[in-house]
Amino acid sequence: MIIFGVAFLALCTLTGIFVGELLGKAIGVPANVGGVGIAMVLLILIGSYLKKRGLFNPESEQGIKFWSAVYIPIVVAMAAQQNVYGALSGGPMAILAGVAAVALAFMLVPVLDRIGRKKLEADPTLPADPAKPLTSSARG
Amino acid sequence: MYESLMKVISGYGLISGFAIIGATMWLSYWLSDKLTKGRLHGSAVAILIGLLLSYIGGVVTGGQKGLVDIALFSGIGLLGGAMLRDFAIVATGFGVSVDELKRAGMVGVLALFIGVLASFVAGVAVAFAFGYTDAVSLTTIGTGAVTYIVGPVTGAAIGASSEVMALSIAAGLVKAIVVMVATPFVAPYIGLNNPRSAVIFGGLIGTSSGVAGGLAATDPKLVPYGCLTAAFYTALGCLLGPSLLFFVMRGLLG
Repeated sequence: MIIFGVAFLALCTLTGIFVGELLGKAIGVPANVGGVGIAMVLLILIGSYLKKRGLFNPESEQGIKFWSAVYIPIVVAMAAQQNVYGALSGGPMAILAGVAAVALAFMLVPVLDRIGRKKLEADPTLPADPAKPLTSSARG
Repeated sequence: MYESLMKVISGYGLISGFAIIGATMWLSYWLSDKLTKGRLHGSAVAILIGLLLSYIGGVVTGGQKGLVDIALFSGIGLLGGAMLRDFAIVATGFGVSVDELKRAGMVGVLALFIGVLASFVAGVAVAFAFGYTDAVSLTTIGTGAVTYIVGPVTGAAIGASSEVMALSIAAGLVKAIVVMVATPFVAPYIGLNNPRSAVIFGGLIGTSSGVAGGLAATDPKLVPYGCLTAAFYTALGCLLGPSLLFFVMRGLLG
């Protein structure tokens, strides 16, 4: 039944976010520590275990796939309620600070990608990726 | 008749949200096809339209929630709120390959630390250039560039002025919005086309709404990988902001 998939997704989400809240309390951070990430890991691990044992039929999967498919419309709805006006009325310093942070992070993506990749290629137990050429423009 | 229509639209808010967003998606895919021959992905167009509408909503109402502040569109707030957003993000995890995750695991953690630090440094540098010289203001604005949650959390902890807090939130909002808009354009140049780089991207950028939107507009298959690392970013920022980063700034400025 489709509801089994939805319920399974709901349980994983609630558990993950609950654990995230507890972790936040434990280390004294007023934020959820990785709740969504933990929920995803639960979904991936328990989901693949159930699938292997044949306890997860394609119909139940539909319950998860539906929510995964409405993800983009939900993100569009999320975009429509960002405080764009507030962000831009923060003035040039706020805009520049935000843009600078993003630009720096974008530039670091290929740098970090390379750091890990060398180790991967040196590790014979892992299949080497068909090395994807790094674009030089990314450095500038 | 008008009153009855309004009653239905606002009374059935979530359903109206589905209808309005569905229509926006259709229009966006049509525009993407006709105007850009599909080069700019339909979902990227939809996100751009969403941001534009939220700007208009902000100008019209002066509120903080963009389009949602207009009563007619309040249902979009339900659809795009934290609850359904997180539910759908977790659902995208169903397509994740465990092997890909394992291979990106360590560098993903590294990306988190470097990401928080890099955004902080960028924010501090800009604030410094604009004439701020005290450790409290610089730290608050710098952590705002981490995310718009970390900024006010840090600012409140170290006693920043409300003007500086507002700037810090604005910097974080700009970051989230820029990520949503720019990611699909920048992706080809930074090699953002595989799960590994998506994990790194999520860790470096962090802001959950930015990563969720930016990756959705680039390639929906990459969403779960990026969101997995991004989920830890704000917490790491809240942990480091009022402690290590503030102490370092205070040490540097005497």
